Amino acid sequence: MTSNSANATETPSFESFHRRNPTVSKISQTLVMTALVGCGLFSLAITIGIIVMLATQSIGFFYNEEVAVNFWQFLTDSRWTIGQTQGVPRYGILPLVSGTLRITGIAMLISLPIGLTCAIYLAEYASPRVRSILKPVLEILAGIPTVVLGFFAIKFITPWLLQPLGDFKTFNAGSAGIAVGILCLPLVTSLAEDALRSVPNSLREGAYGLGSTRLEVTLKVVVPAALSGIISAFLLALSRAIGETMVVALAAGSTPTLTGDPRVPSQTMTGFIVETFQSESIEPDSIGYYSMYAVAAVLFLFTFSITLIGQLIRMRYREVYN
Amino acid sequence: MSDKTTQPDQLPSTGQPSSTSASPVSSGAESNPEAKVAIEIKDFDAFYGDFQAIRNINLNIPEKTVTAFIGPSGCGKSTLLKWINRMNDIVPSAHAKGSIRIGDLQILDRQTDVVDLRRRIGMVFQKPNPFPKSIFDNVAFGPRLHFRIDRNDLAELVEWSLRKAAVWDEVKDRLHKSALGLSGGQQQRLCIARAIAAGPEILLMDEPCSALDPGSTSRVEDLIYELREQYAIVMVTHNMQQATRCSDRTAFFFKGEVVEEGPTEQLFTNPKEKKTEEYVTGKFG
Repeated sequence: MTSNSANATETPSFESFHRRNPTVSKISQTLVMTALVGCGLFSLAITIGIIVMLATQSIGFFYNEEVAVNFWQFLTDSRWTIGQTQGVPRYGILPLVSGTLRITGIAMLISLPIGLTCAIYLAEYASPRVRSILKPVLEILAGIPTVVLGFFAIKFITPWLLQPLGDFKTFNAGSAGIAVGILCLPLVTSLAEDALRSVPNSLREGAYGLGSTRLEVTLKVVVPAALSGIISAFLLALSRAIGETMVVALAAGSTPTLTGDPRVPSQTMTGFIVETFQSESIEPDSIGYYSMYAVAAVLFLFTFSITLIGQLIRMRYREVYN
Repeated sequence: MSDKTTQPDQLPSTGQPSSTSASPVSSGAESNPEAKVAIEIKDFDAFYGDFQAIRNINLNIPEKTVTAFIGPSGCGKSTLLKWINRMNDIVPSAHAKGSIRIGDLQILDRQTDVVDLRRRIGMVFQKPNPFPKSIFDNVAFGPRLHFRIDRNDLAELVEWSLRKAAVWDEVKDRLHKSALGLSGGQQQRLCIARAIAAGPEILLMDEPCSALDPGSTSRVEDLIYELREQYAIVMVTHNMQQATRCSDRTAFFFKGEVVEEGPTEQLFTNPKEKKTEEYVTGKFG
């Protein structure tokens, strides 16, 4: 480039430069715009498609030639016997909901307090060195396939952790709940840590400057300031736990039970769908076939309302720092 | 309430310190050379790792006076300010030698209780940093940390602090709304109220107006000038006009040393050192 430096002192002759063709940039602008809108519309279309599928198919559960299920019975009956051959069929979704809530509840009891504590430690206390070791460990935990966690629950959590404590069955809600909790732990930790770390340092300095100890800075200033992010993390974990399938299909058993007892088998909504889908007796347009969609629609309503609540909470608690 | 011995004396809302109209006149003439020493800095050196940020500073900061620290960026004035209340403890590489004393308390001593130290020495930062809490809870933060105080006394203390910081009239109807809804200037006066509410003797201000618009700046400057009746105030500023407007004494820092310290008017109109003259006349900086 040394040869150019001699000329660099003179004003370049801009008129002699070849102008870039403005049509090219206009076309590329249009192309990019189309691609962006297209991708946005694509995800919207998928969402609408799934909602339409769930709605139209689950209507078949309530209106068909074989047995039209009473909607009220579906919501209130205490038993769910689809898939079982003997006896009068009962179509109450409550046992499946109970299974989902039990396992989700246990999972949250495990993952929220431990996850938040880990996040606080990582964000506010750990030295950079310790953090550089713990973060990858957490990511490894996040990368464990759920099927592995499922048989970890059956082979380890149930016999070694729970059965010494009480009369836990081989398949039970307790071990599945704990395994789902372990599954959600990295999610809660990393999202809550992000929320804590995004709190501006000026707030920490302000609190230190008033004579706060590190614990006071953390609990009285940083955690409240990160509250909306922490709640979002909790809600995402909740959605994840409600939708979790593999762990519960393996470890929770396949008996729908309407109870609060963590020791007995329990089938969740997701567990039921998997089991029904795999059973060979399911024929199209049968009551079992439609029941999957009805349960899936209820499941979707659960996760959808959690997302909605999450949005509302974010709007309510979001802090704008300048 | 028995432990509130160091509280400012006229605690109940005696009167409003609001004189936003009259701008303080040029200040140097009012400085009192016989004022008692609030902070005594002796043979002080400060480092970040191997880098020496401050060299052998000896400086006395008098009571009930505004002392301005001026000087170009990186000259050590903010570093010194942050050592006075040990905020540099948070910086892992920071260490210091020498002595900083307030009264009998040796600040740099390892045994010094930084919690109580920071209650006695309030700090106001460059950018207003109210907590994302209500206005009331912001001001009540310090008192709740340090005192056992009942609701009525707390409410009185909060009102007193907000009045003292000349922001009461603007916030009295929205005490329980978020402090983040206030304007930048209001937020900074709230932060001053928050510092005052913990009952300090000394206020440290790190470029308190640099993030504010001119109108808010002049209100905060008026406030600083009034607060010196009760507190020793140390203010770092990049703005030399600000130093002349609201400080009694000025210390000029250059490359980690104090080149000159004296009454503000004298330092700006008749500096003893050539370097000071070059800086205050805008030859560099």
